[in-house]
Amino acid sequence: MDTNVLFIFILSIFIGFEVISKVPSMLHTPLMSGTNAIHGIIFLGGILVLADAATPLARTLGFVAVIFGSANVFGGFMVTDRMLQMFKKKKK
Amino acid sequence: MSSTIAIIIIGVAVLFIIGIKLLASPKTARLGNLVAAAGMLVALLTLHQPAGEYVWSQGWPLNYTLIAIGTLIGLVIGAIGAYSVKMTAMPQMVALFNGLGGGAAALVASLEFIKPDRDITTFIAVTMLFATLIGSLSFSGSIIAYLKLEGKFEKPMTFPGQNILNGLILLVILGLGVYLTGWGANTTAFIVMFLLALFFGIAMVMPIGGADMPVVISLLNSFTGLAVAADGFAINNLAMVVAGTLVGSSGTLLTLLMCKAMNRPVTNVLFGAFGSSGSGGGKAGASDLGGKTVKPIQADEAALLLGYAQQVVIVPGYGMAVAQAQHQVRELSDELGKRGVEVRFAIHPVAGRMPGHMNVLLAEANVPYDQLCEMEAINPTMDRVDVCLVIGANDVVNPAAREDKSSPIYGMPIIEADRAKTVIVMKRSMAAGFAGIENLLFYKDNTRMLFGDAKASLQTLIAQLKAS
Repeated sequence: MDTNVLFIFILSIFIGFEVISKVPSMLHTPLMSGTNAIHGIIFLGGILVLADAATPLARTLGFVAVIFGSANVFGGFMVTDRMLQMFKKKKK
Repeated sequence: MSSTIAIIIIGVAVLFIIGIKLLASPKTARLGNLVAAAGMLVALLTLHQPAGEYVWSQGWPLNYTLIAIGTLIGLVIGAIGAYSVKMTAMPQMVALFNGLGGGAAALVASLEFIKPDRDITTFIAVTMLFATLIGSLSFSGSIIAYLKLEGKFEKPMTFPGQNILNGLILLVILGLGVYLTGWGANTTAFIVMFLLALFFGIAMVMPIGGADMPVVISLLNSFTGLAVAADGFAINNLAMVVAGTLVGSSGTLLTLLMCKAMNRPVTNVLFGAFGSSGSGGGKAGASDLGGKTVKPIQADEAALLLGYAQQVVIVPGYGMAVAQAQHQVRELSDELGKRGVEVRFAIHPVAGRMPGHMNVLLAEANVPYDQLCEMEAINPTMDRVDVCLVIGANDVVNPAAREDKSSPIYGMPIIEADRAKTVIVMKRSMAAGFAGIENLLFYKDNTRMLFGDAKASLQTLIAQLKAS
């Protein structure tokens, strides 16, 4: 096992805690939605396994994984953007 | 891994971190989302196989056609969902997207695990099984959360010995996991584990009431993150490890923050079946009221009170979302603003079905965010407020949290609406809130009840104000 990956994993945990510890509760919904889009990176995992698929079963499951991942990543970023474009400051 | 790929992945990780960081302020949040999306695009365009070859330079075999079709289908589903969903239904949409992500994570790990010619270490086998388990649990759990938010079997579903049964299922799943790690790929055992994990997701969320779904979705969001990180280990993709872990840890912190706002430990949300214990406490609370009755108010009188106030605080709750009344609320606030009344909105961290749910709805109705105040900012000023208008909020303004030690919500931080000179509560009927607890606020001497549909009542109020 590559210990570098484990090292990166541990550091990421701390960064994840650190970056959101000061988010005001008014932004919690967009934040949840935004991080939801970021785990949509599983879309790439779907592409990798489908690119590699050799049997009909693997193709089918990989195909479903790509659809799910694609909906997660595109839908996630779009819905977050739609929410955030509505946060406007008062026009003076 | 070549150093070029390594540098690109560092760039992707930095974009994700900066993106989340920028999401922390209303001024930069939209940019933050775009920065994270840019990170995703870079990761996609520079995608490499675990062995190191570039994914997009291997000709165009059948699998690539499938990738293109699948991507397109997902894109269409995502776009339709994202742009057609009403702002009030946002929590459901996030739950659904999260579930899809969890499902994808489980499928990716499964495919790697049942690959016939694999040669993996025990550690990698464990990460694959972990991703399968957590991913499928997140998938089925999110679907149930989605259905509950849509109003299907909203009530907690409980039976005696439920926690014990769930514990047993979890033990069987873990046992199968250990077996699969030690004895290689037994496809039958693997499928059984997969199905049990799906079932466990359902069994875990079913006993939790609709009001607690924000916590559940947040938790499942961090679960999916962890499953994606485990997938990253399994297929040796660093970008996935970083992105998944960031979501996993930030999601966990967000879940804890939410539970803190409700003054309940996370274990109580997950295993407490709040609804059943809450109604018992509610009955005890009701008898203490000593025959006190509520005082109704008519719209014209309410309009008078509001129109001649100096300071008005509006407390929105889930009822406002149900009545789709956010635009009327903004209109009322504008109308009062024109008359020189200072209007502020008091937002409880867990008002609605998601943290910040009210902020999104009010932002949709063009309420400027500098008018939205957090609970901690508004409470110290409550004594100077002339009229506090409560629109469809219930548990988050219940003084029982301060006064009634026997109440299940005792100790929960609330918006102290009862300290305003006059409180006007807009409510459809006298039904209890989601926690099933009698609200002491309704019986206070300075409280007036304005019964009826929030949207219709608001329209009457606006018309009255305009006429006077």
